[in-house]
Amino acid sequence: MLNFTDGIGKRLAMLALGMTLAAGSIAPAFAETQLLNVSYDPTRELYKDFNAAFAKHWKAEGGDDVTIRQSHGGSGAQARSVIDGLEADVVTLALESDINAIQKTGKIKEDWRTRLPNNASPYTSTIVFLVRKGNPKGIKNWGDLVKGDVQIVTPNPKTSGGARWNYLAAWAWANEEFKGDQDKIKAYIADLYKRAPVLDTGARGSTVTFAQRQIGDVLLAWENEAYLAGEEFGKDAFDIVVPPISILAEPPVAVVDATVDAKGTRKVAEAYLQYLYSDEGQNIAAKHFYRPSKREVVQPDLLKQLPDIKLVTIDDPLFGGWKKAQPEHFGDGGIFDQIYKPGAK
Amino acid sequence: MSNNRRISFRNPADESFSTKLVLVCLSLVFLGFFLFLPLVVVFVEAFRKGGEAYYEALAEPDAWAAIRLTLTVAAIAVPLNLIFGLAASWAIAKFEFKGKAFLITLIDLPFSISPVISGLVYVLLFGTGSLLGPWLKSYGIEILFAVPGIVLATVFVTFPFVARELIPLMQDQGTGDEEAALSLGASGWQTFWYVTLPNIKWGLLYGVLLCNARAMGEFGAVSVVSGRIRGLTNTMPLHVEILYNEYNMVAAFAVASLLALLALVTLALKTFLELRFGAGNAGGRH
Repeated sequence: MLNFTDGIGKRLAMLALGMTLAAGSIAPAFAETQLLNVSYDPTRELYKDFNAAFAKHWKAEGGDDVTIRQSHGGSGAQARSVIDGLEADVVTLALESDINAIQKTGKIKEDWRTRLPNNASPYTSTIVFLVRKGNPKGIKNWGDLVKGDVQIVTPNPKTSGGARWNYLAAWAWANEEFKGDQDKIKAYIADLYKRAPVLDTGARGSTVTFAQRQIGDVLLAWENEAYLAGEEFGKDAFDIVVPPISILAEPPVAVVDATVDAKGTRKVAEAYLQYLYSDEGQNIAAKHFYRPSKREVVQPDLLKQLPDIKLVTIDDPLFGGWKKAQPEHFGDGGIFDQIYKPGAK
Repeated sequence: MSNNRRISFRNPADESFSTKLVLVCLSLVFLGFFLFLPLVVVFVEAFRKGGEAYYEALAEPDAWAAIRLTLTVAAIAVPLNLIFGLAASWAIAKFEFKGKAFLITLIDLPFSISPVISGLVYVLLFGTGSLLGPWLKSYGIEILFAVPGIVLATVFVTFPFVARELIPLMQDQGTGDEEAALSLGASGWQTFWYVTLPNIKWGLLYGVLLCNARAMGEFGAVSVVSGRIRGLTNTMPLHVEILYNEYNMVAAFAVASLLALLALVTLALKTFLELRFGAGNAGGRH
């Protein structure tokens, strides 16, 4: 009995020692400049490469050693964390509205969208088709999605941000095809969603449905996600089809003014975001299947996998920006609710 | 003949062979499907691309930082809850005072509310919009989205484990031993160290192990207060989720398998100690 209690004392002492050592080793060294980039989920590989390139560039320009920390999560949740006090120097999120949410708290100045070129979007992305190897159903364009017995896989636009882009991309094609005839466009969209055997709640769930559960003939997906899924689930299992027209998503970036002014990191944070527009930054984005905003500076073999297609933006009069499109298409009783009846065939 | 049958005793546990077989198979299938299979799948998935990929996934700096952070947090949270749990259950079991029932309810609180809410409480307490957060920050103290916040959330969630294990045990034992020790002239501290503590050591150990397992595995509360900064505030469970969402299955399951392994080691340790220091004596009921 006594042995045991003596042992506890010794063990506690060792634990305390271990704690001190461990705590010491995770405390960051502050001899160098540190930036925190708060980003959304699929940009991990992109920023891993880019951060290393920027650190090298900054040092070569005569700057200090700079370490960039990354935080990834759902875009909306990440914005929420920054609002609650996560000390991001820069935010690189999926949607303009997420950065606007931070701006409303005063942490980012109102003019953030005009401080950098291209609406503060150094790279863009679009919606493409992931099909089974050899494209057995011959899917080349949006019209082919409603031919024969083709089944599509897409998440639910009511719950998923990515799914809304899918829907709008299909709408953009139909608008051109049917010369703006609202009834025909709606009939096409309705037909499209009848062909979805399951509407997952998120993009990730849809990818698993298509790739692992082997459901459907075509997955509507982000371009970079489609390539990533192809790499993970086997390159010989799928083909990527880029339709001649699709939607343009512009993931924006911004310096968090409140943080950089408090930490004194404004100069390096601004340089960091500007470097995304540099030749090297644009090439790294293209390498990770994001569409560069300056195609002319990117190596031709990287561009080959991102073919130039017609891209319609959310700010196009057709949609009139998110503020108008969101309630009109996806709000309760909106167009999607009118055309999609779960279980209806 | 009928008289004979009436006198013969039937062992209450002696079911017919077929009933036994069905019951045993049922529990084996249940255990296999719900406990053993998932565990095996974790390891199979982790080694899907071979031992080298497994090693690489764990040697990666961010994964290593997550492992270190998880161990650090557990190393702080568990001793704190050990001390608290001991003090609380001692007070509750050995003394009578007003508000005792309320205190017991309070200790159970972390069990009954969702961990996400536990995390959000700390965001409300220490976030930018709170009173405490900006005040602490003016002194350079960071709580939220840093290690202290993660420790706080973990301590909160694992609060009841030690106390909940000890209270019934100590109440069972009553105060007789302590009264005897005190009447023989032992000091309060001596009574605690030589009488109370040896009586409860197995229950205490079991509580600490459970507390430790939960502290290392906590996801919900920690995910709210962590900020997910790679290499800095990502714990192992968070790291697993992130890797999984990045289609990085092998790395995700490699880290998950390590987490499972830590849990298995905890259980093995408990079994070993039980065998070594007298089986059937563990906490009176385990």
